[in-house]
Amino acid sequence: MLGFGLIKGLSVTLKNLFSPVFTIQYPDRRVGLLALSKHLDKPISKILTETPKIFLLGLVRMVKIPVKIDQFPRFRGNEFVWYDDRCTACASCAKYCPLGIIEIVTHPGGENMQAGENYAIDKFDIDTGRCMFCGLCVEACPYDALHMGTDFERGNYERVNLVLDKETLISQNKNPSSWFRPQFEENEYNPWEKDLNNPKEAGRHEKPSYQNIKNKWVSKRKLDG
Amino acid sequence: MFEFIYDILQFFLHILITDFKYENFLLTLLSGIIIAFAVINAVLGGVLALIWGERRLLGRFQQRSGPNRWGPQGILTSTADAVKVMFKEDIIPEEADKYIFNLAPLLLVVPVFIIFSVIPFGIGLYAVNINVSVLFILAVTSISGLSIICAAWASANRIAIFSALRSVAMLISYEIPVGLSLVGILLITESMSVMDIVNFHNMPFILIQPVAAVVFFLGSLAEINRTPFDLTEAESELAAGYQNDYSGMKWGLFYLGEFAAAIAAASVFSTLFLGGPNGPILPGIFWLTIKVVAVLFLIIWIRATWPRFRIDQVLNLAWKGLFELTLVNIVVTSIAVIIWPDGESNRMIYIALANWIFVFPFLFIIFRLLKTKNYDDNDIKKVTYPVGSDKPKFEKAGN
Repeated sequence: MLGFGLIKGLSVTLKNLFSPVFTIQYPDRRVGLLALSKHLDKPISKILTETPKIFLLGLVRMVKIPVKIDQFPRFRGNEFVWYDDRCTACASCAKYCPLGIIEIVTHPGGENMQAGENYAIDKFDIDTGRCMFCGLCVEACPYDALHMGTDFERGNYERVNLVLDKETLISQNKNPSSWFRPQFEENEYNPWEKDLNNPKEAGRHEKPSYQNIKNKWVSKRKLDG
Repeated sequence: MFEFIYDILQFFLHILITDFKYENFLLTLLSGIIIAFAVINAVLGGVLALIWGERRLLGRFQQRSGPNRWGPQGILTSTADAVKVMFKEDIIPEEADKYIFNLAPLLLVVPVFIIFSVIPFGIGLYAVNINVSVLFILAVTSISGLSIICAAWASANRIAIFSALRSVAMLISYEIPVGLSLVGILLITESMSVMDIVNFHNMPFILIQPVAAVVFFLGSLAEINRTPFDLTEAESELAAGYQNDYSGMKWGLFYLGEFAAAIAAASVFSTLFLGGPNGPILPGIFWLTIKVVAVLFLIIWIRATWPRFRIDQVLNLAWKGLFELTLVNIVVTSIAVIIWPDGESNRMIYIALANWIFVFPFLFIIFRLLKTKNYDDNDIKKVTYPVGSDKPKFEKAGN
């Protein structure tokens, strides 16, 4: 019947009106009192007595609570994670970097002269302002010391602040991405849930044996025909 | 409302001074200013709320949340926009006709505010009572076409001219069905005053004149340039249409005028067809507000759903569809009014039944006739451009 299509279209949009929104509020969202008491884990009466100003804002749904967005574990942010205990200052990353933005200065003589630890690191700077996050440095690292990071909230007003120096890399919380680090995925490590400050927990990327590779690829190819 | 304010002012004036030569003139002026101030501010507040409500509702219709940052639920967004618009740079194009260019926004805004002077906000709560107020509304609304063509002509912009020509063609076409759709009501009430129509009967006229209500609603959508008749500002074709060269507060006035026109159209529709401030329990002004908000919701709902007409489809609908419908409506209503004249028992029910039985089917018959032809694949012609020739060559496809 003519005219029925118009009403059908109206009913579709009306259904959309009462369905939940897809928008994810970021970096914070406005909530009312119920969601606020759930967030703070406090009853509403306690919010009223302790912080009446926030209670009033909550009445009109204007309290901001921060929102953290979960990404996939392989997500690459605009930072790097570096374990100084593992780094031997071999400078493989600096050599592989196509932009030459990793600057390493060393002097001979580590504190304990074990194998592979012959150099002490004076300077380890990564200029993320010029980085294109290709990940070649992470692929090149033979000791799994450098990882892609997952933090993406590193916007800055000055280019100088974008340079990650040695102190920042050591002191910051480490949430390495599992990009090119299959051991993280084997251990089911999720950077969005916990930090990984201790390198001993991080595990090493072991080179698969010839038999493993054969099992994984050759036999699969046979099955595929 | 006028007499009430006049009496209060007279009381206070007599406290100060008893014998004043121009007392009547001064009191009339002052009470007029007070009423105008109240009505215009109410409409401005309504416009701010409507802009916010429309953006928010459109967001929800599209399953996103809309503006929700500034103020509770984002209600101050439009206020912040208004402040921003005031501080923006006011640019007048070099080749523009400056006087007309400056006049056009005012020509759009002022008539919209004038419409509110004849609308009863409550029982006995109105600014002026003219005995031909329906005609007054129809006359005042058609000034907006002049404003649009002034703006387009003065800004010396061909895209604006396209927009204005479309708008004026649409306005001229839709004036006629809108005007004629009200004839049925005028025949039944035997009066051209909005107050008489509101006070006429408890039954809203949408039940007595269903087709007239549909025609009037579609026509008013076209007159205020809303979806599905928003060819004037078809963004994909004409950018902002006649507003292309306007900036700052002049553009703000256009924006204000459009949304105030939406409120005006909704309030005229609810006054004439939904019974205006009549309703049980609550005071009249609440009932009018509820009805206006409902009509505005319908307008926004339609904007969220229906696609835009082409210009030929718009004019076809006006001249081949709505115009005939109003003529049928007038004929049936006048016969019904002759058969059941004023004073008959159950008069309104009989007239309503006659309208529903004899006019309502025409809605479907005429829309059926207007249906676009479905073309076969064989009818579609293949266009080729032969080498060395300017003229395209048409071939029948599918063979």
